[in-house]
Amino acid sequence: MRALPVGDSALLVEVASGEEAQAVHAELLRRRAEGLLSVREIVPAARTVLLDGLTDPARLASELTAADVPPAPPRAREVIELPVRYDGPDLADVAALWNVPEREVARIHAATEFRVAFCGFAPGFGYLIGLPARYDVPRRATPRTAVHAGAVGLAGPYTGVYPRASPGGWQLIGTTDAVLWDHTREPAALLSPGTRVRFVPVADV
Amino acid sequence: MTDSAFAVVRAGALTTVQDLGRPGHAHLGVPRSGALDGPAAALVNRLVGNLPEAAVLETTLNGCAVRPRSTILVAVGGAPCPVTVDGRPVAWGAPVHVPAGALLDIGTAVSGVRSYVAFAGGVGVEPVLGSRSTDLLSGLGPAPLTNGAILPLGSPMSLHARVDVAPQPRPPVELVLRVTLGPRDDWFTPEAVRTFTSRAYRVSSASNRIGLRTEGPALERALTGELPSEGMVLGAVQVPPDGRPVVFLADHPTTGGYPVIAVVRPSDLPAAAQAVPGTPVRFVAVRRR
Repeated sequence: MRALPVGDSALLVEVASGEEAQAVHAELLRRRAEGLLSVREIVPAARTVLLDGLTDPARLASELTAADVPPAPPRAREVIELPVRYDGPDLADVAALWNVPEREVARIHAATEFRVAFCGFAPGFGYLIGLPARYDVPRRATPRTAVHAGAVGLAGPYTGVYPRASPGGWQLIGTTDAVLWDHTREPAALLSPGTRVRFVPVADV
Repeated sequence: MTDSAFAVVRAGALTTVQDLGRPGHAHLGVPRSGALDGPAAALVNRLVGNLPEAAVLETTLNGCAVRPRSTILVAVGGAPCPVTVDGRPVAWGAPVHVPAGALLDIGTAVSGVRSYVAFAGGVGVEPVLGSRSTDLLSGLGPAPLTNGAILPLGSPMSLHARVDVAPQPRPPVELVLRVTLGPRDDWFTPEAVRTFTSRAYRVSSASNRIGLRTEGPALERALTGELPSEGMVLGAVQVPPDGRPVVFLADHPTTGGYPVIAVVRPSDLPAAAQAVPGTPVRFVAVRRR
């Protein structure tokens, strides 16, 4: 583990794997909940956790690198189920990349339990991990100028759901009616880092 | 909320509602947003007796014009500009009474980029996640002003002592940004780091509320791999593949995959918000506090 200073009041904790990042994130949330850590933002990402708004980043850096970070706690959180129709325009391309029939893409995807590794790109957009590495897919060579809200896509090791219409380069395999982001709702984001997610196929109407 | 409001007569190039922003939600992908020139927004609020968190208007280069429905105290600051009420010049940087139905016109900035307009009681649009700021990256908060739009105003409070006039810093002729190197300066060649901290850049016209883009010598990377997405802070100097540094401002994305060569001291960012395209920029490396 490395703790890199970022400006005068932030720290970027860098680890070797996504699992370690999850463990560090859980430990930092625990410390904040117990009043041991005063920080404005805790932002997990692929291999890092950013802490912003610290009064003494150097001291925290030496504490963190000296301490053993316990593994992430058991998955106690409930599973969020997202209804999905596997009807995306890139389903055939993904099936070809996976070397399976299209139906099998849906079966494999729906049989996987995902976890939100981190959020970004847009409010409520979670980067979901859970598929084995052999199912990694590249982004589309040419991004779409418009992807509709609720589109379920794949890119690299991640699955994601577009919270609102936007341009996007992910391989689209399906559609959900779930509302990923609603700022009038509490919480506004359906998915946050650590949330467990399952995609549940619904029949076409 | 009262029934007081104002009508937008001339929206200007880009006029948005801004307050202190919505920090604390970066882990959900929500940018902090908020006034780019925070001290200027705080000052105009003080001039009309508002609390610092009251929402103001932030204009871009050519001001805006509004017509309040009831008599109201306003103040204009930030980028210096002519201010008129029904065509008559009034003070910039001082409280001004605008009669009901009169036209308040905030003119083109004489220098600088962003003027700030405070109304006693503040702009009263519905907050989103605790803030009324327009976030141009994610679309949260009210839309930028459009001609004919009606915006509500909050109830004035006269708890605070007003100030009549206040000194304001001039927009920069040269933008000097103090930076601490890292966290990813090791992704660049030593020569690129020297170039970054010694050569002159200029503010690019492609700058916006998301980032101050620069033109100047490209910075060569020592590592060519792809950096996994990581959290980004305000003032981060990200270097995209074209090699030209981009300074992240209030509407910056919360995560990013281009290496951050350095981070600008937050106290230097208000000046960055007022630097017009073409302004020379120097990045000066300082020791971490």
